[in-house]
Amino acid sequence: MGKTTEMKDHHEPTDQAADSRPADSSRRAFMGVAAGVTAAVVAPGVVLHSVTAAPRSEAVAGDVRWGLLIDTAKCADGCSACVDACGRENGLDLQSKPEGAAQAHWDDQKAVWIRKVKLRDNQTGRVTNLPMMCQHCEHPPCVDVCPTGASFKRADGIVMVDRHTCIGCRYCMMACPYKARSFIHEVMEDQLTRVPRGKGCVESCNLCVHRRDFGEASTACVDACREAGHEAIVFGDLKDPESTIRLRLAEMASRQIREDLSLNTGVRYSGI
Amino acid sequence: MAKAAVRAGLVAVGLAWVLVAQVVLAADAKTYVVEGSKAAALESCVEPTDVMRRKHMELIKHQRDETVHGGIRTSKHSLAGCVDCHIRYDADHAPTPIHRKDEFCGACHAFAAVNLNCFDCHAAVPKGAGADSASHAAFQAVGVDRSVQARPDGEDH
Repeated sequence: MGKTTEMKDHHEPTDQAADSRPADSSRRAFMGVAAGVTAAVVAPGVVLHSVTAAPRSEAVAGDVRWGLLIDTAKCADGCSACVDACGRENGLDLQSKPEGAAQAHWDDQKAVWIRKVKLRDNQTGRVTNLPMMCQHCEHPPCVDVCPTGASFKRADGIVMVDRHTCIGCRYCMMACPYKARSFIHEVMEDQLTRVPRGKGCVESCNLCVHRRDFGEASTACVDACREAGHEAIVFGDLKDPESTIRLRLAEMASRQIREDLSLNTGVRYSGI
Repeated sequence: MAKAAVRAGLVAVGLAWVLVAQVVLAADAKTYVVEGSKAAALESCVEPTDVMRRKHMELIKHQRDETVHGGIRTSKHSLAGCVDCHIRYDADHAPTPIHRKDEFCGACHAFAAVNLNCFDCHAAVPKGAGADSASHAAFQAVGVDRSVQARPDGEDH
C-alpha cells in the first residue's frame, strides 16, 4: 500500500496507533460479545432496518468517508440485481425512449449509474465481472474541470452534481476515467421526489445520498446484491477502523481501478 | 355644460369600475390555496402568508444549498414540503401536478407571468417511498400533526 491508498484525506492526521493498542482488545472482545448477545436477542423474526432513521439536521462533516468494496469473485455473470435496484431507487427506470430514436442509440444515451463490466484475460481466458459506478475519488477529476462548481465532493466523500448550477457542458463526463457520468438529453416527467432529474444536467451515482441523509444503513445496490444471495458489495465508512468495510479491506487484497492516476477512489475492487 | 357633466359622470363610473376590479382581484388572490390540499385545512404556511408570498423563492433557494451540499433534510423550507402540503387530490385520490395553470404554484406564476422552472427537474406530485419525509419538518413548524389528510374536492363542502 502506497501513500495514495491511505483511506484518510491527506490533510487529516493519520491515526498510526489505531492497530497497536493492547488495552483496547479486551474492551473490543467485550463489545463483540455484547453485540452477539444483542443480535441473538433481537434476531428472531425482527429485522432492525434503519434503526437510526432520523433526517440529518446538521451539515455533513469530514469525520466519515463513504465507500464500497466489491468482491469480483462473488459478482455473478449475467446478474443485474444491483443495476436494476439502482434504477428503481433512483428513478432511472422512469426514463423513456424518445420517439423515433433507434434502440441502440437509446441504450447508449440513457442515464445509467451502474454498468456491469466483463473483463476477459486473453492469455488465460479468466473472466471477471464487476459493477462499475462513480468511484467517489478523493481527488475527483470531474470536480477539477467543472467550470461552475456544480460538480463537487461532499464533506463525507460523496462526489455529486449540484444540478442547480450545472450548465450541461459535460466537461466532467470527458474528464472521468471511469465513464461514470450520464447526461439527460430529453425533457423529463414523473421524477421521484427523492431524486430530481431534468434535461441538460449531468448526473452519476451518489451512493444513495437520500438514504445517507435519512440515516439508512446501506445503498440500494448493496441490498439487492445481498437479496440475490451474492453479497459481493460492502458499503461503509472508510474512516471508521471498526467498520465492516475497513475490516474486509484489511484482510483481503483489493485495488483501485486506474490506481496510476492517484485519485484515491472510495470504491475498491478485490479479485482483479 | 351637459356634455361636461356626462363626461365627468363617465369618468366617475370608470374609476368606480377600476376600484371594484381591484377589490375583486384582491379577493381572487386569497384563493390560491387550493381546495382539497392539506394546506387548505391549515391557518398559515411555515411563515406568515405575506412573507411566503414575497420571499418563498429566497427561502427555498437558501435551503437547496444546505440540502444539496450539507445534506440537511430537516428544513421547513423544502420544495418537497411545498408540494406535499399544497398538492390537490382529485376525486379519485390522484394528485394533480402542482405547476399546472390552475394549481397552487402554476396559477400564481401564470398570473404574475414568472417562469416556473422548479418542476423541470423536481417532482410536481409527491412520488416514491419517503416522499413525505421532507415535509415532516414543515408540518412540525406549523405545529400540526403530519397526519393531516388532504380531502378530495367537494368531500367537506
